[in-house]
Amino acid sequence: MTVTEPGSTDTTPVELITLTIDDVEVSVPKGTLVIRAAELIGTEIPRFCDHPLLAPVGACRQCLVEVPDAGNGRPMPKPQASCTLEASPGMVVRTQVTSPVAKKAQEGILEFLLANHPLDCPVCDKGGECPLQNQSLSHGAAESRFVETKRLFPKPINLSAQVLLDRERCVLCQRCTRFQSEIAGDPFIALLERGAQQQIGIAEDVPFGSYFAGNTIQICPVGALTSADYRFRSRPFDLVSVPSVTEHDSSGAAIRVDHRRGKVMRRLAGDDPEVNEEWITDKDRFAFTWSRQADRLTTPLVRNPQTGELEPTSWPGALAVAARGLAAAAGKAVLTGGRLTVEDAYAYAKFARVALGTNNIDFRARAVSKEESDFLAAHVAGTPVDVSHVGLEHAETIVLVGLEPEDENGTLFLRLRKAAVRRGVRIVAIGTHATRGLAKMDGHLVQVAPGKEPEALAGLELGARSVILAGERLATSPGALSAVVAKAKDSGARWAWVPRRAGDRSALDAGCLPNLLPGGRPVASAEARADVAAAWGVPSLPDAAGLDTEAIIAAARSGELGALVVGGVEVDDLPDPAAAREALRSVDFLVSLEVRHSDVTALADVVLPVAPPVEKAGTFINWEGRIRPFDKVLADSAALPDVRVLAGIAEELGRPIDVRTPEQAFIEWRELGPWDGKRATFRARKQATAKGAASKVVLDTWKLLIDDGRLQDGADTYKQTAREPVLRASAATLAAHGVEPGGPATITGPAGSATFTAEVADLPEGVVWAPTNSGVHLGAALGIGHGGRVSLSGGEDK
Amino acid sequence: MTDVLTPVLTANWGDERAWTLEAYTARGGYRALDKALTMDPDAIIEEVKDAGLRGRGGAGFPTGMKWGFIPQDNPKPKYLVVNADESEPGTCKDIPLMMANPHVLVEGVIIASRAIRANHAFIYVRGEVLHVIRRLRAAVREAYEAGHLGRDIHGSGYDLDLIVHAGAGAYICGEETALLDSLEGRRGQPRLRPPFPAVAGLYASPTVVNNVESVASVPGIIAGGADWFASMGTEKSKGHGIFSLSGHVARPGQYEAPLGITLRELLELGGGMRPGSELKFWTPGGSSTPILTAEHLDIPLDFESVGEAGSMLGTRALQVFDQTTSVVRAVLRWTEFYKHESCGKCTPCREGTWWLVQTLRRLDEGQGRPGDIELLLDLCDNILGRAFCALGDGATSPITSAIQYFREEFEAGMTTPSRELFPPSASTLFAKEGAR
Repeated sequence: MTVTEPGSTDTTPVELITLTIDDVEVSVPKGTLVIRAAELIGTEIPRFCDHPLLAPVGACRQCLVEVPDAGNGRPMPKPQASCTLEASPGMVVRTQVTSPVAKKAQEGILEFLLANHPLDCPVCDKGGECPLQNQSLSHGAAESRFVETKRLFPKPINLSAQVLLDRERCVLCQRCTRFQSEIAGDPFIALLERGAQQQIGIAEDVPFGSYFAGNTIQICPVGALTSADYRFRSRPFDLVSVPSVTEHDSSGAAIRVDHRRGKVMRRLAGDDPEVNEEWITDKDRFAFTWSRQADRLTTPLVRNPQTGELEPTSWPGALAVAARGLAAAAGKAVLTGGRLTVEDAYAYAKFARVALGTNNIDFRARAVSKEESDFLAAHVAGTPVDVSHVGLEHAETIVLVGLEPEDENGTLFLRLRKAAVRRGVRIVAIGTHATRGLAKMDGHLVQVAPGKEPEALAGLELGARSVILAGERLATSPGALSAVVAKAKDSGARWAWVPRRAGDRSALDAGCLPNLLPGGRPVASAEARADVAAAWGVPSLPDAAGLDTEAIIAAARSGELGALVVGGVEVDDLPDPAAAREALRSVDFLVSLEVRHSDVTALADVVLPVAPPVEKAGTFINWEGRIRPFDKVLADSAALPDVRVLAGIAEELGRPIDVRTPEQAFIEWRELGPWDGKRATFRARKQATAKGAASKVVLDTWKLLIDDGRLQDGADTYKQTAREPVLRASAATLAAHGVEPGGPATITGPAGSATFTAEVADLPEGVVWAPTNSGVHLGAALGIGHGGRVSLSGGEDK
Repeated sequence: MTDVLTPVLTANWGDERAWTLEAYTARGGYRALDKALTMDPDAIIEEVKDAGLRGRGGAGFPTGMKWGFIPQDNPKPKYLVVNADESEPGTCKDIPLMMANPHVLVEGVIIASRAIRANHAFIYVRGEVLHVIRRLRAAVREAYEAGHLGRDIHGSGYDLDLIVHAGAGAYICGEETALLDSLEGRRGQPRLRPPFPAVAGLYASPTVVNNVESVASVPGIIAGGADWFASMGTEKSKGHGIFSLSGHVARPGQYEAPLGITLRELLELGGGMRPGSELKFWTPGGSSTPILTAEHLDIPLDFESVGEAGSMLGTRALQVFDQTTSVVRAVLRWTEFYKHESCGKCTPCREGTWWLVQTLRRLDEGQGRPGDIELLLDLCDNILGRAFCALGDGATSPITSAIQYFREEFEAGMTTPSRELFPPSASTLFAKEGAR
């Protein structure tokens, strides 16, 4: 385990002190705990409650050492817990290696821990990777002197649908409760009772509702906490572990994927101090069965013109049909979706320009704006890491705008909370209401209705050591991104764009925008086009500005586009799902590259199955701009990455893209590198004036971390830990529209309506909040999204 | 013989309605407060230091020095917390003191708070003694009404609020840091030290935690002077203390005497052992202090001498047992108490007391196994000095000391139940015959 030290960005010299451990002198930074200092000389003092990312507690007493000299010439009278003892100059420490006292003390504690511990290692999930088991083997006695009755508890008990507790196995180290209160800020579990009856428990009728609960299972040093999904499913020594990166958000969190015989059995947090430390969200941990659902595509499909049905076809046949259809069409466009690796995104970007000869490409499967396209081209695409996870801890103030980190980027949320709680960083959120996440960060709310973010930003007093984190919802708020740029300029604050999806930043840096080529090269720049054309070995690149997502849909709907190539896009996520469906139906030729059957494959002429992240190698670029490569986990999978499929179509078209594998694509993208010429310029926009009927309310919405997203399909126990979908509004707003708090509230948009339970919250007058995709997809149901105007009424949807 | 007694805190216990403000004031109560309000706070601390008052809760840490540790440059508020969570088996001095003479404690609290410059003080009383809580609250109310508490006390400009807080029935909350957690509304478990309460105690602010008797001794020191106080007791253990005599003695009760008095003298004051009884073993300061035997009758009961004899002065809870008592059974009862009261935070205390009880129970039943005595000693060795707080250490004291002095009784536990060797009926205080 590693620790993130604040020193990583500090340049202040660290004060070192020297002590002697087992006759070896070692110098460590002041404040280092003896248990950690001993690691530096290669001695692992056994421990259970100690965890480098949690505050010391000294509860298990396993790490006792002898201190013959506390640094003042005097011995400490009793063995000391090395996990709570700070090293001091001249201190002499003897661990179990050189001290019979320490050795006996440790053996005594281990014997006590085992006295009440069941001997069920052969059926325990932790068996084979259990610190208690390992230590019993290396330090413990072969025979137990405890012949009496062990403490018994009924087991297991559910702390939540997902996390189960076996109280007999628990050694009461408090890692789980400390994680929940110190790191996650969700103290839903606590110690109950006392003495040998002490146990971990939950409050009656309050389930363990934390997005980060799965971490407790991983840090449990025994098999007391287990996952309902993984329980009794496999043995750690039968698993193959592969480090990887999460596909669920833009954090780039390191994960470890454990698989057996071609099937992923579980996912764990990886250890990356620069990104996620040792924590991940429950989505990263439990939502991995989506790619093996029954609707998984296994062969290429081509629509039979006679029957209208999709029929399995050979790869060469399907690629040929796709190429023929695309060649025949007049007007083409590509929607890539935000889930691609940089390699696959690069292939799409190159495919659009070289094979299709168009700049009509957009990765944004959501509401977009010209302002956002320009902002991304001028300020984000191809830029190096500036604001980082670690750097956030050293900010003075962090402003969140258009971003709800607990739901949209849980890893970032944990870092923000650490910054706030441990380092006193001030968190300010510009939004409609103080969320639970904001409360956990002890943050301040600057309350505005959707669309009023620009004036809120302009009104902030910020110091130069501040950071603004701008979420993707700002695309729906004219002038907001301009206000971010302006505020950063006048205050000296730094800022970062935090998209939701894992592949958003990858697609941006690969050039999947109508105004951008790879590496932040502006389409509008002849120099940039010539640079890319030369690298790609083509005479020229299309110079006409391309269409963005909304324009592509509009053009397809009106018949201006003949063909569409669509990657992993959920139609309901698009700004007007009904219009998008019509657009997909309207085009003459629709090619879909998908992992599973979807609303797009249902309408496609050619469906080409592609590999999910677990079945291919690739790279995500996270919101920081950090390169997060990962290997293919399931080595035996024959599924093809998007790049290979696009290369096949391009070859059939006679306009090859020259990269066929992720490795080739990455090398070519890397060699092309970021643009060092003149970047796209950005013209500031103004806040829009509010329009619409006063009888309507403004909708604020985002996706909850645990919702009905397709990448969570199959994770049923995990989904049971989702938050209740509610509609939030102020008491006055509810009353004005005849809605009873706790009763049904229905919002209605152009396409229809959706009903939630009403909850009173501190929103501004005339604003409601509801989750985007929990039980009902608001985009599909209402035909309108974040910032739109809807009518509100009491009672059920009629 | 009664002239060896030095009734100070207990002097008014026989008075009519001694617990009222009226009765207390009639004996000169709250005059020390007037004097203290004219003194510089540091001078009060010096006076208590000079008196040589040491903590009466058991550990014997110099009270004035503890007050002096409070960093006065710390901008946070300072707090005085009185530890009235008296729960140790055998210990029974604070509760009768608070019942009979609550105002001496209240007066002590005001003076001590002024010395450390606290404007809030708390008395944390164990929750089971509801009658004491009521009496304390009544006394505090009287003190407020008389202007001894509240704003601008006696026109001095000094403000103090005193809160009587009831615990919820956990022995561990007598441990000062667990007490602070409990007082803050949390689960009562000991805190990691450092930081010590003097630096970061209640609400992470500088805090003094003092025993009831320590604080109650302060008015006497201020009124009578350090020299008067120091004239009692021994060189290093000065002053008066309440000795609680219980068990197989003719007249059990509270005997307030100078530190350094011996059990032999106290037994004489208490009318000796009950008829037919011989002293078998005794605790000098509650069940957490190693037991002593008749050979220790003449040890001066001060911190140093009892320590040299291998035990601790503790709370001067002298539990006296005669020859009818099974030491195995007595030790089992005490150990059951520790098992029941272990907070569960650390492994050795939580698991060790659970294990010790089961082993002792076997010996008590006459079903001990060869090696059980060595096992008990080794388990105690693995708990003593390894536990998070002193509760675990205290749990081992009766066992190791009992085996030291009465090993043969534990050996008998391999074959014979204690109830056969020592019929319980003979040990009861109402038994007709003390000896067989």
